Amino acid sequence: MDWFPLFNSLRIAAISCVIVFFSGIFAAYYAAKLPRVLKGILDVVLTLPMVLPPTVCGYFLLLLFGTRRPLGKFLMQFGVRFVMNWYGGVAAAVLVSFPLMYRTARGAFESFDQNLAWSGQTLGLSNIWIFWHVRMSACRQGILAGAVLSFARALGEYGATSMLIGYTPGRTATVSTTVYQLWRTNDERGALFWVLVNLGISAVVLLTVNLMEERQKAG
Amino acid sequence: MALEVDIEKRAGGFQLRTAFSCGEEFLGILGASGCGKSMTLKCIAGIEKPDRGRIVLDGRVLFDSEQGIDLPVQKRRVGYLFQNYALFPNMTVRQNILCGLHYEKDRRKKEEEADRVLELLQLKELETLRPSSLSGGQAQRAALGRILVNRPDLLMLDEPFSALDTHLRLKLQMDLKTLLSGYGKGILMVTHNRDEAFRMCERIGIMSRGRMLTVKKTKELFADPGSREAAVITGCKNIARARKTGEYEVFVPEWNVRLTTGKAVRDDLEAVGIRAHYFHPGTPRNAYPVTFVREMEEPFEWVSEFRYEGQDPASPAVWWRYSKEKRPARLPERLGISPANILLLYPES
Repeated sequence: MDWFPLFNSLRIAAISCVIVFFSGIFAAYYAAKLPRVLKGILDVVLTLPMVLPPTVCGYFLLLLFGTRRPLGKFLMQFGVRFVMNWYGGVAAAVLVSFPLMYRTARGAFESFDQNLAWSGQTLGLSNIWIFWHVRMSACRQGILAGAVLSFARALGEYGATSMLIGYTPGRTATVSTTVYQLWRTNDERGALFWVLVNLGISAVVLLTVNLMEERQKAG
Repeated sequence: MALEVDIEKRAGGFQLRTAFSCGEEFLGILGASGCGKSMTLKCIAGIEKPDRGRIVLDGRVLFDSEQGIDLPVQKRRVGYLFQNYALFPNMTVRQNILCGLHYEKDRRKKEEEADRVLELLQLKELETLRPSSLSGGQAQRAALGRILVNRPDLLMLDEPFSALDTHLRLKLQMDLKTLLSGYGKGILMVTHNRDEAFRMCERIGIMSRGRMLTVKKTKELFADPGSREAAVITGCKNIARARKTGEYEVFVPEWNVRLTTGKAVRDDLEAVGIRAHYFHPGTPRNAYPVTFVREMEEPFEWVSEFRYEGQDPASPAVWWRYSKEKRPARLPERLGISPANILLLYPES
């Protein structure tokens, strides 16, 4: 039994989740401080990947990282090639799951009581301390929910991933690309196996989100 | 002087322009909501930045637009009690208080000081609770404790009682007054409630539409608010245009009465004010015939509306408020006012 697709999917989802966690929080925190018009524009740009077809995202990623494009060529000098490599899957997953983290974090920050931060400042507590111990703590549930959702989204990512890194068994295969490949080659049993794996993971993730929401309601 | 403020700030269509000082005293800022009271506190704390001006606390310049000084909030040493108390929701009462002691590096001293304040504010039994399970009064004490251990050079209270049930307010005002008597630092309290301001403050500044109209000792302010707006904010119910007719005499056209005043009248008199409590059936001074329009009963007082004989029909009725014990068998035909109780109101300078 070849477990590589599961390992690869989990690796891609975990790394992209970490990247999206920090960049999403960062973007949400600073977007909230921008003037209204700029915030509106940034909001549209940052949320677009959520509503665009993943293949369109994949297209943009190829425009960026394609081996004949300026950035792709530049990165090739350092031996970094996103196309047809597993870490290209990370780039695809980051792009499509970022909006989920950004939006949930922004929602959590917007409902944060600014007086809490101000009272911390008047007590002489540093802004960084307040951010991690007060703001993040008060917004904990929303931010965790965002992280879990973006992890799940990254795990299930297919369109952009297949365009950027294709399907190479043992190198770039993920759970979702494997399902498609096995189905295409008439290996129904193999496809069903990976479908069940996928169902299992998604169910666990959604259960986690629900449990967290219940805990949040319970205070 | 402990605190000196002279600032200007424009925000949307609103303009704040205020100057006052506060020594080692309990100073109140009284005004309607949206008059700029909270904005003033935020500017002093450094949460909002004034467009122009200067803020000095105990000789330390907190803000000076000309010298380009704008100390960060953390360096200002100004305690700020927020309207909703702003306790950190994810921490216990004790942890919240310890946040105010972050400057103390010696662990043992830190815990001792926390214990001392928890005892002082009767929070010892509540120290392991989170803010969400505290009552309004307990939350207020915890927030105050967190500020007191932080030893600020100035204490600012933003509507400290507005989040509390009415029946608790009086007790908590008494408690706070006792606790802060002899505090030794300036205390600045913002409120829209004139009774609260009267009970708590040694001096009161009246704020309206972004301006500080007047700052006076509490009793002097209520006895002589000076302007029409200040009279309204201190709760004067009856105000009418008036003109000077003698050194100690004014004529009120709307009421069609001539009143003798206790103080000499200035030429630029704009209006007179008479508090609803100050009419008296037994006073012969300034007594004129009245007709009662309607009345309303309160737990301990009656509130009546009356009109003077010959009063301009377009002008509002006059309010009289009196204790139930003093209710006569028949409503009086004449009401008088002691000359000392007539407020002389002038245009704002």
